Amino acid sequence: MRFLMAYIAGLLFGLGLAVSGMTDPARVLGFLDLFGAWDPTLIFVLGGAVVTNFFGYRLAMRRPNPLFAGAFQVPTRRDLDGRLIGGAALFGIGWGLSGYCPGPAFASVVGLTTPLAAMLIAMIVGWFLARALPPARLT
Amino acid sequence: MDWSSSLQGLAGGVLIGLSATWLMVTIGRIAGVSGIIGTLVTARPKGDSAWRLAFLLGLICGPVVVMLLGRGLGNVAGAGVDVTGEVIGEPAGGVALMLVAGLLVGVGTGIGSGCTSGHGVCGLARLSPRSMVATLTFLVAAIVTVFVVRHLIGGGA
Repeated sequence: MRFLMAYIAGLLFGLGLAVSGMTDPARVLGFLDLFGAWDPTLIFVLGGAVVTNFFGYRLAMRRPNPLFAGAFQVPTRRDLDGRLIGGAALFGIGWGLSGYCPGPAFASVVGLTTPLAAMLIAMIVGWFLARALPPARLT
Repeated sequence: MDWSSSLQGLAGGVLIGLSATWLMVTIGRIAGVSGIIGTLVTARPKGDSAWRLAFLLGLICGPVVVMLLGRGLGNVAGAGVDVTGEVIGEPAGGVALMLVAGLLVGVGTGIGSGCTSGHGVCGLARLSPRSMVATLTFLVAAIVTVFVVRHLIGGGA
């Protein structure tokens, strides 16, 4: 059951990325290029997703627990640290170079090109490298 | 301004929001793509991998459904690389650029605990201060990167 529910979530996510055009790096880069021919599409995608999910989460959290799992697993940390900000900055540079963040990159494998394959392999290598880094020092 | 593209963006965004809500209400998980797939490939946690694989399969099938539903539903800005030519856009660079970008995206989302979906779509909806700072940081870093590539190095191309 958890497999089916997660598949449906992935399917909705992939549908959303495809309908919105986020599977096209040109659309993403057009948004990030504030000083060129600006393409506002991404702000509608992110805005639509956040607002929908804001109300959705509030409805979901009225339940004591999820329908098919024991408990909601939500991050609880509220502190800001160098790993969070440094990681986000590195991610942003990679995103700006390629126009791919992880969701659209994996959702695009049916239109696989050599550069996209290179991106996916490097991303996975990057995930392994991040795991190999020592954890943040507790202060 | 291209209103039809914006409307498609809004419709797709609502679908992504529904996906995140669905994953939370059914199995209680954050719909963060880098976390879901990154943990699947690097750790393969026992008893906690099947749903991650299912999400990935669904994520890949979504655009296929849009192709099967017929013409006019995709939203690529130019010509697409998929069979319909309108759902999957072409990469913005060659293999070397994508290797560098992929490494940065992997390491960055790995140590920064999330990407556009986990910090953006889910974290902002939870009003998480960490996700707000992360989202602002990667948006600014990406905008500066595009500015440097297109307007400083590329000469306004």
